[in-house]
Amino acid sequence: MSAAKSKGTDFLLAVEGLTVSFDGFKAVDDLSFYLDPKEIRVIIGPNGAGKTTVLDLICGKTKATAGSIKFAGKELTKLKEHQIVHSGVGRKFQTPSVFEDLTVFENLEVSYPQGHSVMGALAFKRDRAVVEAVEEVAETIFLTDALNEPAASLSHGQKQWLEIGMLLIQKPDLLMLDEPVAGMSVAERKKTAELLRVITRDHTVLVIEHDMQFVGDIADRVTVMHQGKVLSEGSIEHVKSDPKVIEVYLGH
Amino acid sequence: MKSSSPLKWFGSREGLYYLALAFLLAVILPLVLDPFRLNMVGKYLTYAFVAIGLVMCWGKAGILSLGQGVFFGLGGYCMAMFLKLEASTPEATAIQSTPGIPDFMDWNQLTELPWFWEPFHSFSFTLIAVIGVPVLLAFVIGFAMFTRRVGGVYFAIITQAIAAILTILIIGQQGYTGGVNGITDLQTLKGWDIRTDEARTALYFVCVGMLFLCLFVARLVQNRKLGRILVAMNAQEMRVRFSGYDVAAFKIFVFCLAAAFAGIGGAMFTLIVGFMSPSFIGIVASIEMVIFCALGGRLSILGAVYGALLVNAAKSGFSESFPELWPFAMGALFIGVVLAFPNGLAGLYRSYVMPLEDRLFKRGKAEAQTSAEPVATTASAEKTDDYDPMINTYSPEKS
Amino acid sequence: MFDGYTSSELMSIFAMQGFAGLSLFSVFVLMAMGLAIIFGQMGVINMAHGEFMILGAYTTYLTSSFFQSYLPGLFGGYFFFAIILAFLICAALGALVEWLMIRHLYHRPLDTLLATWGLSLIMQQAYRSIFGAREVGVDLPEWMMGAFQVTDLVELPINGLFVMIIALSIAVAVYLLMYRSGWGKNVRAVVQNRPMAEAVGINSAGIDRATFALGCGIAGIAGAAFTMIGSTGPSSGQAYIVDTFLVVVFGGAQSLIGTIISAFGISQAQSTMEFFLSGSMAKVLTLLVVVGILMLRPEGLMALKVRR
Repeated sequence: MSAAKSKGTDFLLAVEGLTVSFDGFKAVDDLSFYLDPKEIRVIIGPNGAGKTTVLDLICGKTKATAGSIKFAGKELTKLKEHQIVHSGVGRKFQTPSVFEDLTVFENLEVSYPQGHSVMGALAFKRDRAVVEAVEEVAETIFLTDALNEPAASLSHGQKQWLEIGMLLIQKPDLLMLDEPVAGMSVAERKKTAELLRVITRDHTVLVIEHDMQFVGDIADRVTVMHQGKVLSEGSIEHVKSDPKVIEVYLGH
Repeated sequence: MKSSSPLKWFGSREGLYYLALAFLLAVILPLVLDPFRLNMVGKYLTYAFVAIGLVMCWGKAGILSLGQGVFFGLGGYCMAMFLKLEASTPEATAIQSTPGIPDFMDWNQLTELPWFWEPFHSFSFTLIAVIGVPVLLAFVIGFAMFTRRVGGVYFAIITQAIAAILTILIIGQQGYTGGVNGITDLQTLKGWDIRTDEARTALYFVCVGMLFLCLFVARLVQNRKLGRILVAMNAQEMRVRFSGYDVAAFKIFVFCLAAAFAGIGGAMFTLIVGFMSPSFIGIVASIEMVIFCALGGRLSILGAVYGALLVNAAKSGFSESFPELWPFAMGALFIGVVLAFPNGLAGLYRSYVMPLEDRLFKRGKAEAQTSAEPVATTASAEKTDDYDPMINTYSPEKS
Repeated sequence: MFDGYTSSELMSIFAMQGFAGLSLFSVFVLMAMGLAIIFGQMGVINMAHGEFMILGAYTTYLTSSFFQSYLPGLFGGYFFFAIILAFLICAALGALVEWLMIRHLYHRPLDTLLATWGLSLIMQQAYRSIFGAREVGVDLPEWMMGAFQVTDLVELPINGLFVMIIALSIAVAVYLLMYRSGWGKNVRAVVQNRPMAEAVGINSAGIDRATFALGCGIAGIAGAAFTMIGSTGPSSGQAYIVDTFLVVVFGGAQSLIGTIISAFGISQAQSTMEFFLSGSMAKVLTLLVVVGILMLRPEGLMALKVRR
């Protein structure tokens, strides 16, 4: 890892010395990790390890106390959320947050990366390119038949897919997914794994997940977090056999 | 998209609603009311400008401003300052110790016109200021608050405090503002006497015209993606932000838009009523403006017009016969609209009258459905009109 | 603006105005504490808070008239009776309002604001119908009149001191109740995690009602104290509502200490400036400064930095 530190530019995402404290409590403490382009990285760790906070920090929802987040050579810690999105980082939240009152089509259309300024949104027209992009993404997320349904009528799993679709249509370089299969049925989980495999053909993906079976299915590398720090990092087998990890998971 | 044709039909029905309102305001009321009553309706309509702004700002985007009277008042004062200067020619004020300045300044021992009054000699400057001053203040407030993510109750309280500050300031600085009496005794606009019946009727029609202008601007905004983002922002602000939108910019925009509408309304008020005073700015006046919007239906721009008309007509009616009952009625209105009819008159209309219309128009619907159109039409954008499923965004029970 | 005053005169002015400010401070603290409890703990904005205060004031007025007519011998002590009565009546009405109105509006803070405004209009008009539009005042008992002569120029009125003592005792009582009692722990539990609090057997609906009633009851005490230093009219409460909201927000909504500090700062600033400027300009300047600071630091003076 120390060798990797030498040049930030080889990585799509380089997180270094990242720290955030809430009233003295360090939720993330001097954290460093690096993502290669097209890599699928899964972050695991016990509750309260700071996993979601890391995603919050990368996407700008929470401001870092110290450290740097370099994405494709660009420092993210100084940018605002929408600027981070425009630099190519998409974030899915743990609980599905879609626009319930809009149809699936409109949900995707709103996320289409055009007309994002106030005047742009006033001038925005639904042209052929928009419709095609929406239809293409809808196909990927298994929702072609539901395009005209209001999002409120979707199942929990479908809402998760829709939110992933809303990220995909932004054409981000990095997708961050917070527990994408939580609350899903077994069939839905399978389909989601399939969806992630399609996505990772041309995206870098950072996932938080608890389901070890699912993690084993999708991860290139796994980062284990504990008390705001990296406890272990490597392949799933490496991580599983790391005594420090075993202690944290089984020790208390 | 199979739903596009009924939507088009929706669109035409929406058009009928606008026509009906235009017919009511521009034909029926002028025919049945005497000039005095028509002038009163004109006064009520000036509040409709504010209410339309509140629909956009509060109903759609969820930003409750309790200081809309500030913008209404600023627009009104800008117009009043111009008219007052026109009325205060050296000839007309020859008996004052300093002729050529407004009478209240003379009473307060001012000997020259304050600097900020000077530009209001110009009518074109005044017209710009009527919109510009409220929008500028809204921008400053909005920028300070929304970029720091202040919203909800905090924003409401701060805007209320600003309404209080401006009122106290205007009352306290009598020599510069006319104090608690306001700016009164306005006579002519560019030499045209605005106090005659003819002038008042003409101003009424100007007011109706301006109102429809604002209605169409509001409708344009709500029907574009911009309007959809505003509503989405209200329900899922985080998702909008992480879909790449600068949420603060959208909030500032809609707050400024509401301020601009209020400013126009205030200027029309001054013209129609013939004076402007701090009592139309303060906390009480500002929060009453919210009820105009809430009664009409907080998501319906047409409803806002009816809400403003009805509340103000009721207020005049009560004040004439049972003045002591009006606060009870007003209080009950606030509580009732919030507890029982959160979607106001528009909501009631939608649930009780529209089904009747549906039956009436059934045949038309069937015909329209035969001419289906492909997905890629802008017609589906028109879906987000007053009468669409987006009304469901108002669903506070979600946790 | 200090021209023409000697330094000892200035000192006395500051001391006198400072004390005048302390009376305002006492009213602010008492009113703001009720508001802060309701807003901080429940997220509810009670626009009728000023009217609850006035209800307490009218209760005191009626009690004093009653004692004057029927129990003149006990007149010296009527105030203590009135303060308890004011608390009970306001708390009872508060509980009723919570049951009829507020409980339907949780999660809709802006709507609560409008509904309670409606309530305030109704209460104001009710006062006007019952007590008339004129302001009423109570007669102070003998022992509360007069003043301590501190120096030649500085004297402190006893009624002002007394009101201040009430304000501080209530503040201490509220602190003990919220942070040192089992009930307070339950309230804070509900604030922090409602479903969890319910899961461990806390009756959260009951807590809400009691919290709202408590806030209104304290407003009643504020009203009782208010009669000691000023007269009461149907819309006296409305005159304070914006200031008190600013006090609460300025102090940081969840912080009792913050509320007290901001009440102190705002009241002192206002009364000191009042001596040198006109009353209205002093108020404008104070409010402008507060609003300005809130724009720069919206979380208020004493807000915790928490994960959001």
